Amino acid sequence: MDLNTKYTPQSWPDHPENTTLEGKNKFTGFWLFLGGETVTFASLFATYLALKNKGPSGMEFTTQDLFELPLVFIMTMLLLTSSLTSVYAMYHMKNYNFKAMQAWLMVTVILGLAFLGFEIYEFNHYVHLGFTFGQSAFSSAFFILVGTHGAHVVVGLGWIILLMVRNAKRGLNLYNAPKFYLASLYWHFIDVVWVFIFTVVYLMGVVG
Amino acid sequence: MSSIAQKKGFGATLWDYLTTVDHKKIAILYLITGGLFFVIGGIEAMVIRIQLAQPDSDFVSAGLFNQMITMHGTTMIFLAAMPLLLGFMNAVMPLQIGARDVAFPFLNSLGFWLFFFGGIFLNLSWFMGGAPDAGWTSYASLALASPGHGIDFYTLGLLISGFGTLIGGINFLVTIINMRAPGMTYMRMPLFTWTTFVASALILFAFPPLTVGMVFMMVDRMFDGNFFDHTMGGNTIIWEHLFWIFGHPEVYILILPAFGIFSEIFATFSRKRLFGYSAMVFATVLIGFLGFMVWAHHMFTVGLGPTANAIFSVATMAIAVPTGVKIFNWLLTIWGGSIKFTVAMIYAVAFIPTFTAGGVTGIMLASAPLDYQLHDSYFVVAHFHYVIVGGVVLGLLAGLHYYWPLMFNTMLSEALGKWTFWLFFIGFHLTFFIQHFLGLLGMPRRVFTFGANQGWDLYNLISSIGAIGMALGVAVLVVNIIRTIVKNEKVGRDPWGDGRTLEWAVPQPVPFYNFKQTPLVRGLDTFWIEKQEGNKEGMTYAEPVGDIHMPNNSFIPVVISFGLFVAAFGALYNGEQPWAVPVLILGLVITFGAMIVRSLKDDHGYHVHKEDLMDEKGGKH
Repeated sequence: MDLNTKYTPQSWPDHPENTTLEGKNKFTGFWLFLGGETVTFASLFATYLALKNKGPSGMEFTTQDLFELPLVFIMTMLLLTSSLTSVYAMYHMKNYNFKAMQAWLMVTVILGLAFLGFEIYEFNHYVHLGFTFGQSAFSSAFFILVGTHGAHVVVGLGWIILLMVRNAKRGLNLYNAPKFYLASLYWHFIDVVWVFIFTVVYLMGVVG
Repeated sequence: MSSIAQKKGFGATLWDYLTTVDHKKIAILYLITGGLFFVIGGIEAMVIRIQLAQPDSDFVSAGLFNQMITMHGTTMIFLAAMPLLLGFMNAVMPLQIGARDVAFPFLNSLGFWLFFFGGIFLNLSWFMGGAPDAGWTSYASLALASPGHGIDFYTLGLLISGFGTLIGGINFLVTIINMRAPGMTYMRMPLFTWTTFVASALILFAFPPLTVGMVFMMVDRMFDGNFFDHTMGGNTIIWEHLFWIFGHPEVYILILPAFGIFSEIFATFSRKRLFGYSAMVFATVLIGFLGFMVWAHHMFTVGLGPTANAIFSVATMAIAVPTGVKIFNWLLTIWGGSIKFTVAMIYAVAFIPTFTAGGVTGIMLASAPLDYQLHDSYFVVAHFHYVIVGGVVLGLLAGLHYYWPLMFNTMLSEALGKWTFWLFFIGFHLTFFIQHFLGLLGMPRRVFTFGANQGWDLYNLISSIGAIGMALGVAVLVVNIIRTIVKNEKVGRDPWGDGRTLEWAVPQPVPFYNFKQTPLVRGLDTFWIEKQEGNKEGMTYAEPVGDIHMPNNSFIPVVISFGLFVAAFGALYNGEQPWAVPVLILGLVITFGAMIVRSLKDDHGYHVHKEDLMDEKGGKH
């Protein structure tokens, strides 16, 4: 099968992400990779829960007076919405509508960048309060857990932008369709992890 | 790429291996590098045994001794045993399932080069201010206090090589899930493919906790983190949990593929179908599953409490059940078979009592109250060498003799192989059997010397003499390998005459595309079935001859891995040298730049055309 064959919406397969063997391999491999990622984050969450609010004697920082839910709520909404827009993008990918897919991916990227901006603001704020990476075990665990998620957001954004730029002129084919699909899968995974961070770190930190 | 056979110069061959994405060549790379590290780890072991041969010895200093035991363990586990097994998996598994390559040839190469540069980085510590010295387990309370950069080499080196292993694991999983030939159902897969499958799944879930632990250790030592520092609210036990959540599955990652190799050897040289195939598969999966439930048996003396200790104790003992199933199935495979005692078969037969002895001491250690007595004594050292040397290393040596003709189309000398076996096997038992008693007599592990007249002197001397036997065995093996390469006598297809599975049905030397036509698998031991029916070609085909799609070679994996190697030096000297941060950034730019190049440049591979395949001269490589 020639990977650069031109398709029409009629001839475009139902599951372009795993029509070719290469696509199918990537699809399976990426799901397995996300399984490994899940274990990574599970380890980080377990460590965070063990070290939550732990620091040198007399440490003043606790989750209760550090975290502010309104800011985190806005971030959550931004990221959840970006996940939805990436679903729209994949909907159009499956309908062989390249322009609409690119447009929705663009919205996804903008929402992701906004999330990232808030996160940088948040981290910066904590550092100014004196809650630096090396301040306590709690701060190390917090920054590593949330920071690893943030690094995933950066990688995800870079990946989606690269795909959009690289394929801007040539449209969809069975070679790049799996790539778009996997990037969106990765984006969903980042979103799911954030749901847990929102619950375990922020919500249970302030309310629990 | 030329498809016509030609003599290549050294430079061209080197470039070929630097850029190859062919699983058979990557297997050879793993074998060479893993073999080299095996010798290095063996030399470290010899230094340990020379130091301990007599009381109050000052052959090496206490500090150097600590570096020796740390590097011996780390090298043997991460840089010798695992890569050698990955080498056999690469060489054999795709052929066993009738695939033309692994699912991700590029990632296969990347996995190797990450391991390679990680291993080199770790060993450079010897020349750059001292090797890691907190034991291969590198417990945080000790490791954080270790002066110098040894532990930093350990964390960074294992991070890099760990990524390589993880990539390899995912690659094998996808290959087995998606690329089996028509008719190769899961319950027709050869046992070595099954064990590769389960071991790869263990890699996928066990390596992330190790990575996380290594990152914690790295930031604690180099970037002001506080995960393990109790004065800052940290908790040193977190390291132990993360390490053993990885570390226990790791021993099954090592032993399961060895079990697979032995299963193939028993069936081949008993000239019988493997007894209880489905029970063997079930036992393999069950061992893999239980392997994740027992990590805290390494931590009985930490003080997790009687409930936790009891649960982990029982779970550990439960693993003996599927392992016992395997032992008996192997025995029943031999039973009534037409046995041929090749070197590989001798190793396999010797493995059964040796490994069983290790298993029995394992059950003893699984009992938490007894473990309180035996913990950190030479009894533990004897136990894990019985399972790892008696299981994994015997498996590797057996596999080396068994699969050598498949990989190189020549045959190792059986006579010299028997010399290696007897020297190694007797040497091994001489070294480690007596260590059980040293442990029972109270000798703690990891001590650099001991006082005379505690009843340990003679036992230690005997143990050290045994180590010489093992070293001589390996030396004979090296001679054997060199002799075989120099003689270069081709042996052709199915050299053992009794091959049962697909890998023995392919012509020798194996064409770079493996199978001209995808085979149709008609049952378990498909090659055996074809031979019984008088099929001279050894295969039934599932398709007519057609164009074959092949991946392009690539130098990018080397560049990606080299970038991380450079970045690791930057991280290591962070805060000490003015060039540290620029070097760190430079390395990451190299790595991510190479990844972006890979991503932007389309790589569709190429086709080997039908006409070239039909022409008998074509398609040779």
